[in-house]
Amino acid sequence: MVAENAEILVRFEEVQKSYDGEVLVVKNLNLDIAKGEFLTMLGPSGSGKTTCLMMLAGFETATHGKIILDGESINNVPPHKRDIGMVFQNYALFPHMTVAENLAYPLVVRKMSKSDIEARVQRALDMVQLGGFAGRRPAQLSGGQAQRVAVARALVFEPKLVLMDEPLGALDKQLREQMQYEIKHIHDNLGVTVVYVTHDQSEALTMSDRVAVFNDGVIQQLAPPDQLYELPENSFVAQFIGENNKLSGKVTAVNGSTCTVEVDGSGEVKAVPVNIDGIGSRSSLSLRPERVMVNPSDGTCPNVFDAQVEELIYLGDHMRTRVSVCGHDDFIVKVPNSAGHVHLRPGETVKVGWQAEDCRALDA
Amino acid sequence: MAQVEAGGPMLDAAGVPLKVSLARAERRNRMRALGLVLPLLAFILITFVYPIALMVFRGVDNPTVSEFLPETAEMLRAWDGEGLPEDAVFASMAREFAKASKERTLGKVATRLNYELSGSRSLVTKSGRNLRRLKTEPTKADLVALDKRWNQPETWSVLKRLAEPYTLSYYLAAIDKTYNVDGAIVDQPESRQIYVALFLRTLWVSLLITALCVLLAYPIAYLMAILPTKTSNLLMILVLLPFWTSLLVRTSSWIVLLQTEGVLNDILVWTGIIGDDGRIQMIYNMTGTVVAMVHILLPFMVLPLFSVMKTISPTYMRAAKSLGATPARAFWTVYFPQTVPGIGAGSILVFILAIGYYITPALVGGRTGQLISNFIAYHMQQSLNWGLAAALGGILLAGVLALYWIYNRLVGIDNMKLG
Repeated sequence: MVAENAEILVRFEEVQKSYDGEVLVVKNLNLDIAKGEFLTMLGPSGSGKTTCLMMLAGFETATHGKIILDGESINNVPPHKRDIGMVFQNYALFPHMTVAENLAYPLVVRKMSKSDIEARVQRALDMVQLGGFAGRRPAQLSGGQAQRVAVARALVFEPKLVLMDEPLGALDKQLREQMQYEIKHIHDNLGVTVVYVTHDQSEALTMSDRVAVFNDGVIQQLAPPDQLYELPENSFVAQFIGENNKLSGKVTAVNGSTCTVEVDGSGEVKAVPVNIDGIGSRSSLSLRPERVMVNPSDGTCPNVFDAQVEELIYLGDHMRTRVSVCGHDDFIVKVPNSAGHVHLRPGETVKVGWQAEDCRALDA
Repeated sequence: MAQVEAGGPMLDAAGVPLKVSLARAERRNRMRALGLVLPLLAFILITFVYPIALMVFRGVDNPTVSEFLPETAEMLRAWDGEGLPEDAVFASMAREFAKASKERTLGKVATRLNYELSGSRSLVTKSGRNLRRLKTEPTKADLVALDKRWNQPETWSVLKRLAEPYTLSYYLAAIDKTYNVDGAIVDQPESRQIYVALFLRTLWVSLLITALCVLLAYPIAYLMAILPTKTSNLLMILVLLPFWTSLLVRTSSWIVLLQTEGVLNDILVWTGIIGDDGRIQMIYNMTGTVVAMVHILLPFMVLPLFSVMKTISPTYMRAAKSLGATPARAFWTVYFPQTVPGIGAGSILVFILAIGYYITPALVGGRTGQLISNFIAYHMQQSLNWGLAAALGGILLAGVLALYWIYNRLVGIDNMKLG
């Protein structure tokens, strides 16, 4: 949640959006975005995140509800009067203009003086380390360079808000990671408010102050990255963010801060009750692979089960180990590749265990 | 693996120079490519390049006199062209006139001479007929006695020019010039100056048609590019519909619509916009030509425009708007410049088609709506002056090539997109 003293820049109030009058793509969205915040809308395709961004930019109209920017409703303000910078998925650099002309475009439109424009364009180019590229055409830039120019163009007119619509989708993995840091640094240095849309969860976790996880037109959880990963509030978020082991069963007892879930036909698991309907209801248990211990010492874990090693994948710093536990054969354990650690072999039977507080009982 | 010997060429694994083995490996592909284009290449050479070359050659070719009056032609070429030639030339021509008249080839000479000197057809045929009847070998006196024109230097100066194997006179005629008695190039008499004005009219009409096509095609192509595929396909069919209809049918329907007693005039009279006596002449003049040709050539503008616009992502306009440009400004500064290659391609296509268009002006152009191609056809089919037709066609071809060159310099042909 936004810190109480923070100034709200953007507010979605009960916003709904439908394209065909039958299905709601965005269902009753309420969201506050603070000034200077880096907020990411994360979700699978079709979850409504891009629609939200487009409504904010003004390219889609909200079917219901209000979008407030800087205290004023912008529902009826056309895109070119919103003063919102935007970075598009395929950069949308104007191919018939040079890099400098692209950057100057928003300034020329705002009728700035020529010397002002030149100075600002140069500053923006320096900011993205492309000082010598002013005369190039977009077609002569590499993907990463084009991306930098697109970012610079969205920032050069100092908008209140910058929207980024999967801006790194077209880059290869290494470049993408590098650009994530660069965008993050630009955000930190300028203090501009950024709303970022992506379907890549690691991108969201790396860059954001807060992440709004979208699914089915609804924000499933809105939280800082660490909370999202460690304290998921429902099984969609648990599955979508990071790697997750899911065990389904029935709640048999709730006792304050712990509950007991009977995993179908193979014993009871102690867990933290987070999102359950009470005794007798179905629940999905969520457990991160790195929190599972192999052959734990006696008495240290309340949950210990026999596991059969099915598959080992060598990943350098750790072994990704797939085991069968409680009738689930897709249970993943991350075994660190540290000195003196056990080496497992496929087919062998071991004990795996975990703490009750690492295991969250969520909705089925 | 490639190996380098010190100072030597790069060698492949078998020790053959790499360039040689590369050429060998590529030869197969080149032969296959050649094999694929060969039939079309041969077809174009035989049916397009060769006839055009032949036609252009006809514009300067001047064989008639040399072929049918060979001895006289040789003597005329040797003559210095001052005053009248020697008596032997007269005698030779009289003799060859008689011979050609007997062999029925004199008519060709008469026609050729008539192009240069009106009224000389009858002079030649009459002379030939009379000379043939002579019992004795014809002489200068016989010829001059037949018609006093044979004693005038003008006639002989024309004959001397015709004796040359090549001539510029067709090309001169095509730009309203001619030779005078002294062999200098001068303007045609004013009453016979038609072709320069016709070329200019053709150029102007083609430009007008091209401009109208751009104006009409741009919005429809834009609409097709932004509509969903299903709707744009329907529009595309409507655009292509004229292509599937016979040219003759389309042109004739314009006659039905636009003639003085036609549908459009009837509607105008019926609604009272014009009186029954004030029916507008919209066909058999330039208006008819322009209207019908714009209609026929429109698809050639729509298709290249559409194919260019289709590739312009709508995010460009969104980006421009997000940067603060009004929709109109975003259109002019971001969208329109990207469609220029399409406008260029469509324009050059429509313009080149229009400048050589024949059938539509012939049908609906009346007297004032004729273009240069109608006169080329006239000289090919009616007056049988193929030399002049070839000269007019040659100038048209050169003009189109020149415009194409200018276009390439200004826009760059690589920027042209047809599909």
